Amino acid sequence: MENTALAHHLLLAGLLFVLGLTGVLVRRNLLVVYMCLELMLAAATLALVAFSRFNRTMDGAVLVFFVITVAAAEVAVGLALIVALFRKRGTVQSDALTTLRD
Amino acid sequence: MPDGLFIFFAALTLGAALLLVLSRNAVTSAMGMILALVGVAADFFLLDAYFLGVLQVLVYAGAVMVLFLFIIMLLDTEDPQGAYPWKTAALGLAVFFLLAASVLWLFHWSGAVSTVKAGATPPELSTNPAEFVTAAKAFGRLLYSKYLLPLEIAGFLLLVALVGVVSLSKDNPEDQA
Repeated sequence: MENTALAHHLLLAGLLFVLGLTGVLVRRNLLVVYMCLELMLAAATLALVAFSRFNRTMDGAVLVFFVITVAAAEVAVGLALIVALFRKRGTVQSDALTTLRD
Repeated sequence: MPDGLFIFFAALTLGAALLLVLSRNAVTSAMGMILALVGVAADFFLLDAYFLGVLQVLVYAGAVMVLFLFIIMLLDTEDPQGAYPWKTAALGLAVFFLLAASVLWLFHWSGAVSTVKAGATPPELSTNPAEFVTAAKAFGRLLYSKYLLPLEIAGFLLLVALVGVVSLSKDNPEDQA
């Protein structure tokens, strides 16, 4: 690996995070919003691994291990919630879910 | 200049993420997500975190995305809107360009992450297991010593999630409104 500085990895992580955030704000399909949330998590783990590598410590990498574990559990519960929502309301478009507003 | 492989995988990751955000079809979005996660895993490899790269592909691109695709198939959701409403599109574009510009400025031009201090190239790998090592053995050593309690909590969390998902997806008849 030649001359890939920490800043380049952080740049990639930041841009990925921004893309995920934009997706969360713009998309109306709950499943896609959820995938964008996962993208933001992945961007954060990328920054953690980069810092860990450039500081020569293992702690950031271990934290990424836990992040992946928690994200897997979170995805399972979140998807179950979305399925339960779909069963009750028949839609996963966040525009159509206005019970609390009306 | 960063190295060619990094540029290739960074472009792949960002392109796939763009596909995820912009595609109207949920399945295409999921495919973009898988590609983006593989790109992130490739970047883990470039950072010498081989174990994490493998884990990312196995857990995320494998298990989690299969779950997503399965749910998309099950729910059969189609997007009713033809195009994005201009208000949403404007908001998204504004947020994206504002944040992307600040990220670019912060990591590229502001000098907050100076390449001299952080090193244009990553520091040499050591063989000391407390420092950054590529072997999966180093993970095991740390997980069962310094991070034993978090490891146990993570295991318990997985169990709780398992029970929670089963009780959530059970069909109780009195819930049907």
